[in-house]
Amino acid sequence: MSIRDRMSGNEAVAYAMKQVIPDVMGAFPITPSTEIPQYFSDYIANGEVDTEFVAVESEHSAMSVCMGASAAGARAVTATSSAGLAYMWELLYVVSSARLPVTMAVVNRALTGPININNDHSDSMGARDSGWIQIYAETNQEVYDNFIQGIVIAEKCRLPVMICQDGFITSHGVSNIELVEDDKVSKFVGEYAPENYLLKHENPLAVGPYGVSPYYMEVKRQQAQAMKDSMPVIKQTAEKFCEMTDRDYGFFEEYMMDDADVALVVIGSSAGTAKEAVDRLRAENKKVGMIKLRVFRPFPRIPLSRAMCKVKAVAIMDKAESFSNSGGPLFNEARNSLYDLSGKPYAINYIYGLGGRDITVEDFYDIFQDLYVIYYTDDPGDVYRYVGVRDSRFPDAVDLGRENDNDI
Amino acid sequence: MRKTAKEINERITWQDISIGAEIIEPATSKLVNTGDWRVNMPVFKEENCRQCMLCVPYCPDSSIPVKDGKRLDFDFMHCKGCGICARVCPFDAIEMVKEEKK
Repeated sequence: MSIRDRMSGNEAVAYAMKQVIPDVMGAFPITPSTEIPQYFSDYIANGEVDTEFVAVESEHSAMSVCMGASAAGARAVTATSSAGLAYMWELLYVVSSARLPVTMAVVNRALTGPININNDHSDSMGARDSGWIQIYAETNQEVYDNFIQGIVIAEKCRLPVMICQDGFITSHGVSNIELVEDDKVSKFVGEYAPENYLLKHENPLAVGPYGVSPYYMEVKRQQAQAMKDSMPVIKQTAEKFCEMTDRDYGFFEEYMMDDADVALVVIGSSAGTAKEAVDRLRAENKKVGMIKLRVFRPFPRIPLSRAMCKVKAVAIMDKAESFSNSGGPLFNEARNSLYDLSGKPYAINYIYGLGGRDITVEDFYDIFQDLYVIYYTDDPGDVYRYVGVRDSRFPDAVDLGRENDNDI
Repeated sequence: MRKTAKEINERITWQDISIGAEIIEPATSKLVNTGDWRVNMPVFKEENCRQCMLCVPYCPDSSIPVKDGKRLDFDFMHCKGCGICARVCPFDAIEMVKEEKK
């Protein structure tokens, strides 16, 4: 029988970490992920787990510890947020190119400028091209489930994995959770048994050699293939997890999409708010739907584009700016995936929720209303918009994309 | 098939290169000619050598092979021509000369 409990997202991740029994954890505290190593240290102090905890002096060192441990043949985990993730930058690429299956809990928090500790996705979205798999969660339950699956995916694909959740919203929000029994988790993740590792004395190995130009590109191409090949592994791991728990995961979740006219694409906890807006509008007989993207890396280009093609207009929600003057990171990739398809929907972008700015059911109402304007007028207007920002041009705080100051 | 270091060269494809460019066997630097950027080279004057072996541990590149308790001529595939061996030799058995590249 599964165990019913109530936990914050941070505790849920720490609990999952305890159950997967990592050999090494290298971690440095940063809000809002601090509690993860803190809870985990308690487990070690209480003798519940025999993991080697390395208290380092920075996140750069935390990821270096994970890299060294993983290369040595250990199952290595860590947790971080925001500036901590930014400080790991160099090592993110080293770990992924050396194909080391480190699993990292990322508790998403805005990157500084202005300094801020609240949630958005600018930290992990900035790291989207570092060669790490990225899996996002809406709820505490999902982040727990994703972390357990993440270990399997990482080790099968020999790719590092970020298990992301929204800072404070799920990391500190306590909710009901169903935990899997220890023995079942152990069986699910198995022992980490790499073919080659530094401590295998009968077969010495060199990790991370200098890749001069005649070799570098082959290594990168191979990494790109590993990312592609991780798609079926992510799918099979979710299926196996579903057999164990009855909880079903895909690259994304479709909510009320089958007959929808218009839809949202959302990542993370805001999907809960969006579902509420969908439910209320459905009660008013408005055919609206939502897609919650779970796996952002690798990007599920083809299945996602097919799902978006079910509607006539789609609002792609970005909790991160990319200052590209052409929309956020999710928008650019999701919209790009539609390019080759006939019967593709109008796709507009909303930047929302930066630095912990709340997004409400009413905001989603406004967005759906806006989508219906496009639905009936066939005029998408300016596709790059903000929601939830104070704007003197739009006293009701909704950018309807009708005031295009962008036509240069 | 796992490729050995000998098989990983500038013609290898991305499908065949080892995962993460790992080198899955030890001592592969023996295969690589790193002595080609030498400017000066040591000349071993065997007639002066008393086989004291002082030069051997001083060589930073393990380029003085030893066999049956005797040092042999230099391993020029790996010697960088730093001249430490010549400096520590008490018997004037090593002379540094400018290397003439062919």
